[in-house]
Amino acid sequence: MPHSARVYFFGTCLIDLIFPQAGLAAMRLLRREGLEVIFPQGQTCCGQPAYNSGYDAAARAVARQQLATFPEDYPILVPSASCAGMMKVQYPKLFAGTADEERALHLAARVHELTDYLARVLDWRRPDLGPPLKVVLHHSCSARREMGVSGAAADLLARLANLEVVEPDHAHECCGFGGTFAVKQPEISAAMAADKAAAILATGARVLVGQDCGCLLNLGGTLAYGLTAKGLTASPRTPDPQAPVVKHIAELLWERTHAP
Amino acid sequence: MPPEFSVRVGQALDNERLRRNIRRTMDGLVAKRRQAFPDTDELTVLRRRGKLIRGQALANLPDLLLELEANCERNGIQVHWAETAAEGNALVLDLLRRQGARRVIKGKSMVSEEMGLNHYLEAQGIQAVETDLGEFILQLAGERPSHIIAPAIHKDRGEIAALFAAHFPEYPYTEDIEGLTAIARRIMREHFGQAVAGLSGVNFAIAETGTLCLVENEGNGRLCTTAPDLHIAVCGIEKVIARLDQLPPLLTLLTRSATGQPITTYVNLISGPRREGERDGPREVHLVLLDNGRSRIHRDQQLRATLRCIRCGACMNHCPVYSRLGGHAYGTVYPGPIGSVLEPQIQGLDRQGELAEASSLCGACGEVCPVRIPLPGLLRRLRAEGVGDGPDAGVPGHGSRRKVLHRLIWSLWRQAHAHPPLYWLMTRLATRLRRLLPTGLGPWARTRTPSVIAPRSLHELARAEGFAHE
Repeated sequence: MPHSARVYFFGTCLIDLIFPQAGLAAMRLLRREGLEVIFPQGQTCCGQPAYNSGYDAAARAVARQQLATFPEDYPILVPSASCAGMMKVQYPKLFAGTADEERALHLAARVHELTDYLARVLDWRRPDLGPPLKVVLHHSCSARREMGVSGAAADLLARLANLEVVEPDHAHECCGFGGTFAVKQPEISAAMAADKAAAILATGARVLVGQDCGCLLNLGGTLAYGLTAKGLTASPRTPDPQAPVVKHIAELLWERTHAP
Repeated sequence: MPPEFSVRVGQALDNERLRRNIRRTMDGLVAKRRQAFPDTDELTVLRRRGKLIRGQALANLPDLLLELEANCERNGIQVHWAETAAEGNALVLDLLRRQGARRVIKGKSMVSEEMGLNHYLEAQGIQAVETDLGEFILQLAGERPSHIIAPAIHKDRGEIAALFAAHFPEYPYTEDIEGLTAIARRIMREHFGQAVAGLSGVNFAIAETGTLCLVENEGNGRLCTTAPDLHIAVCGIEKVIARLDQLPPLLTLLTRSATGQPITTYVNLISGPRREGERDGPREVHLVLLDNGRSRIHRDQQLRATLRCIRCGACMNHCPVYSRLGGHAYGTVYPGPIGSVLEPQIQGLDRQGELAEASSLCGACGEVCPVRIPLPGLLRRLRAEGVGDGPDAGVPGHGSRRKVLHRLIWSLWRQAHAHPPLYWLMTRLATRLRRLLPTGLGPWARTRTPSVIAPRSLHELARAEGFAHE
């Protein structure tokens, strides 16, 4: 597939404040492939937190800011399937019947989830410079279902010769993040996160890698908090020394293919 | 008053035996469904057909219901309309009294659960005897179904053995499944032999032929609908389909999605009472068509998709929330994703609106639904109706979940994210004061080590690395 020389990068609010190194790694990866990466400073958040909470008017106001921020006809690359799904699948519904419907459709058509763009459009391939490593891959529900791009992350990792990639038991199941769900239904969310974290620990992998920082925030926090055999401990304790380090897939790809 | 949802959630999550039982059964049903649809292309085509058939039926619902009524009556099935559960109960009671029945044997029916029929009849001096094995167990335990297809899955065989021992001391104690089933069979046969009235649900009502389709695996449904002189079928008005040739695709979707079976052991097609010269079958068949809020749901073009449901339970089996809680924690007749969509619409968002929030919107339910109900989208829509942002003020309890504090929080969030200069200021402050900010984000931090805000935002890092900004 021919690709555009110029691309927009939408960093997501979570990456902006908590995981900026993941966003930077993604932009470096893209730049190294010869793309001119544009990071519009007017970008903020896709609007999903309010949208999933039912606050449609607030979601629309924030989403409208993104419509204004990515006007040119360049692809918009998003290092999160969840935010990409919001912009690609939900914006047309959110703006249906409003004056911004056309702009929303124009933006939605240009949105690509990062790993999908790397694997399918750029056909990204680089020699693996890292030592042998076992990683456990967690797919977000948005990557698996809403965007249908979960194969891309697995493909990219498979192109790194020294990686052993495994998936946790019940890999199809949600990690329990769900945005505001984790705050509104904390007990159910914690039970889901504990099961997922236990399944991840059981793989014995050294690194947990995923394409969505929401899941990584949830699982990283849960793994750092510590688990017992049954699930969560009642009080904080020293985390398992075997617990994997959490990394966004862009960081892992960059680290292992970048000669310092 | 039943305890709050959050209390029931806590109890369910703490009950290790319950969680083990539910999880084991759900994993089994998920695996069976997967094996039942080895060809994903066939599944795609079937789901599309299923959605189309159910969608067309709902588009013509008023006409189809009248056609169903006319053709049922022509077959000798007497049709009754109930707008509310109370009207439905009164109709059933009247029919039973006219028959002089003091007991009614029941096949599995979620609509009768929705009506609260058993309790109503008991209060009127009529005993309702559940004959589906799962429902029979629950009646002994005094509990509600925890799953719409497999109502007693929250119980393991040890618990069932203890129940049987307490209720039927005349039989020797056994934990053997065959043995327990044999005891239930012996008790039920007494009832089948004596009953003058039987009651069942309906899986599909076929307008073209006036036929009631009922699927089951135990044969108790066939006995309830054929052995007694009176058969009463209770049916939600949305269960109608136009033509008989639309039944096979729906049946195969239903049974394969529900239990992974290519077909159920019994498929009953009921098209009337005993005819002249026939030696068995009921002398009277009555169909009670229940609305109970369905017409209201039907009026909203988006929410109408709720009524496509064929009650297979696949959304529950695949739901990460249901598979940790089981059905009782929901506190409603219909649990799981479809319950969280249906119940707030029937009972009102003021009473059941929190259920729409009991989902991470992971999409597993929508992915497996055999008639492609967009369950995550409907859950989100109901959240919007709950806080008053949705378009349909007619949804009962519209706006009832609006809270001043939440509106304020979202309003501040909106200001910060709709105005880049304000956003830059906020993120600049947050990254500079990162160590001073509170890290305990309420319930989040009870089970997770909180993350710390980065020293520089991506906005700043991108600029520093020379990435163009427009």
